[in-house]
Amino acid sequence: MNTETQSSMRTPMSRVRRLGTAKSGTGDFWRQRLTAVAMVLLIVPMIAIVMMLLGRNQAGAAQILGSPLIAIVTLLFVIASCWHMKIGVQVVIEDYVHTENLKLALIMANTFFSIAVALAAIYAIFKLSSGV
Amino acid sequence: MPARIDRPLSPHLQTYRMTLTMALSVVHRATGLALYAGTLLLVWWLIAAASGPAAYAQLQAFAGSWIGRLILFGYTWALVFHLLSGIRYLIWDLTYGFEAREREWLTRAALIGSIVLTILLWVLVFAMGGGR
Repeated sequence: MNTETQSSMRTPMSRVRRLGTAKSGTGDFWRQRLTAVAMVLLIVPMIAIVMMLLGRNQAGAAQILGSPLIAIVTLLFVIASCWHMKIGVQVVIEDYVHTENLKLALIMANTFFSIAVALAAIYAIFKLSSGV
Repeated sequence: MPARIDRPLSPHLQTYRMTLTMALSVVHRATGLALYAGTLLLVWWLIAAASGPAAYAQLQAFAGSWIGRLILFGYTWALVFHLLSGIRYLIWDLTYGFEAREREWLTRAALIGSIVLTILLWVLVFAMGGGR
């Protein structure tokens, strides 16, 4: 029990009443499953795309990766996987890192990494699609 | 930070006999972390294809090398295991498969299935000429 509670005449219940919740407590839980199911659906076409590229040179690979349907499937997979991995690693950090500042720094670094990976992949796919 | 209060503790992890479900729970998290690093391979591949023949040749040289192939094989297994194990968690999320027999069956299926599928995928890779 901290000192603030002891010196106040207000009960703990009165202090929290009407504040309510942010209604977003299950947001990451839901999105982790949403992106998981997305990848279950996308993994077979993704494997097919990788198989199509085996043994081809850059020109052949670029042509395949830049075709609309394949670019869209790859984009969807990249977005789902980067979102999924951002949430997953954040959970791991929150589970094992208990020093507040270090935890915040790692969560930031994780978010930066995930966004950078996603953006780099999206940029590459757009470049392949535009054919420049 | 408030003063630490000695609260009753739940029995620690080492108290329990290690079971397959426990072990694979750890492996699920470990493969998730491995795939996090592995996304760099996916991005490298896309950027190399978008950059030009020299960059793509560099990627292909790595992918064809001894260590590259080992990493890609490990990446494939981590991906397939995390996928199958993840489907198992989705089934449990829907509150199915909690009976002892179903639970153990799902867990074994994820482990054995991941090994079999990984080998099958690599047989397919070599059959399609990707192993040259």
